[in-house]
Amino acid sequence: MNTAICPECGAKISIPADALQHELITCPDCGAELEIISLNPPELALAPQVEEDWGE
Amino acid sequence: MIRVGVVGASGYAGGELLRLLLSHPQVEVTQATSESSAGKYLYQLHPHLRGRTTLRFVGQAGLTPCDLLFLALPHGEAQARIAEYAALAPRLIDLSADFRLRDAAVYAAAYGEPHRAPEWLPRFVYGLPEINRAALIGADKASGVGCNATATILALWALIRAGMLPLDQPIIVDLKVGSSEAGRTPTESSHHPARSGVVRPFALTGHRHEAEVRQAFADCGALDVRMAITSVELVRGAAAAAHVTLPTGLAEKDIWAAYRSAFSAKPFVRIVHEKSGVFRHPEPRVVAGTNYADVGWEYDPETGRAVLLCAIDNLGKGAAGSAVQCMNLMCGFDETDGLTFGGFYP
Repeated sequence: MNTAICPECGAKISIPADALQHELITCPDCGAELEIISLNPPELALAPQVEEDWGE
Repeated sequence: MIRVGVVGASGYAGGELLRLLLSHPQVEVTQATSESSAGKYLYQLHPHLRGRTTLRFVGQAGLTPCDLLFLALPHGEAQARIAEYAALAPRLIDLSADFRLRDAAVYAAAYGEPHRAPEWLPRFVYGLPEINRAALIGADKASGVGCNATATILALWALIRAGMLPLDQPIIVDLKVGSSEAGRTPTESSHHPARSGVVRPFALTGHRHEAEVRQAFADCGALDVRMAITSVELVRGAAAAAHVTLPTGLAEKDIWAAYRSAFSAKPFVRIVHEKSGVFRHPEPRVVAGTNYADVGWEYDPETGRAVLLCAIDNLGKGAAGSAVQCMNLMCGFDETDGLTFGGFYP
């Protein structure tokens, strides 16, 4: 299984063997939504997120 | 299997200790003392222990030798009779504030009276395994930890140890705490109509746990830490928010690296710094009933302003949980024995 680095927190993330380019995954450490922008070599980028206002 | 006794088992910390010990795979609880409740079954004071043990409280005069004694007495009582307790068991763990501070003068300044057994202070190892694990392994005496001190120390630990938090600044630590911190003895301020629903500041300057925090970081230099405590609508829990200024322009990854370096080998510290969702930061509700400490932060790279966070259960990681973890290290058990359960939600 390949690994890639979370661009947000630096965690090593396992990329499933059957993952597809542009698939979205979640960093298990910081919860960031990440897009697999490349499979070979594995590379991740932050996916755009809908901001939450927490009701403040 | 070791035989364990709990002295002063009628309080909330004593009750939590019994709960943990009765499920511990390496421990047989042989005695629990309470002067006011001698003869009563343990469950009559600690209703959650019904069906878990047939033990009754005994008075201290009925104590017999065992392998390890936990002391869960009100502050000041353990030091008065420490030699008697030491004669009963080769290992002692004292949950009170009596043996946390190494320096008798610092103790007197923090607690307002001279220590009655200062020669015993150096014999105790400070009992927060997350910062003192090596010294606790094989030790025969450990102190307890202050709950608010624990939350503060763990909130600050990663960035001070990494050298990322400049110490030439006052560190203001805001703590929100639950009612069980005040102990079992009812008072006018803990009376339900007076306590329920409060957001009550009660120790905004000069908290005595500041000495414990300064001691924990003594090898880093003088720490100007100022704790401010507010009672909130919780039974269990302490949430620390340390307001500090870091260098500007730090990357999130650098802060993550410091936290991972500090805590990746600590089985009961979890880093909570989520990008999204409701539970982005540590909250005491999530760790209630456990030995976990959740740590996290919020950082503004433009101004350097940061808030360093820690949430614990004051009776768990802040008292009985850490004491059991100390016992595990002192006795050569697995560090996590009897402590690996999670909390509950919602």
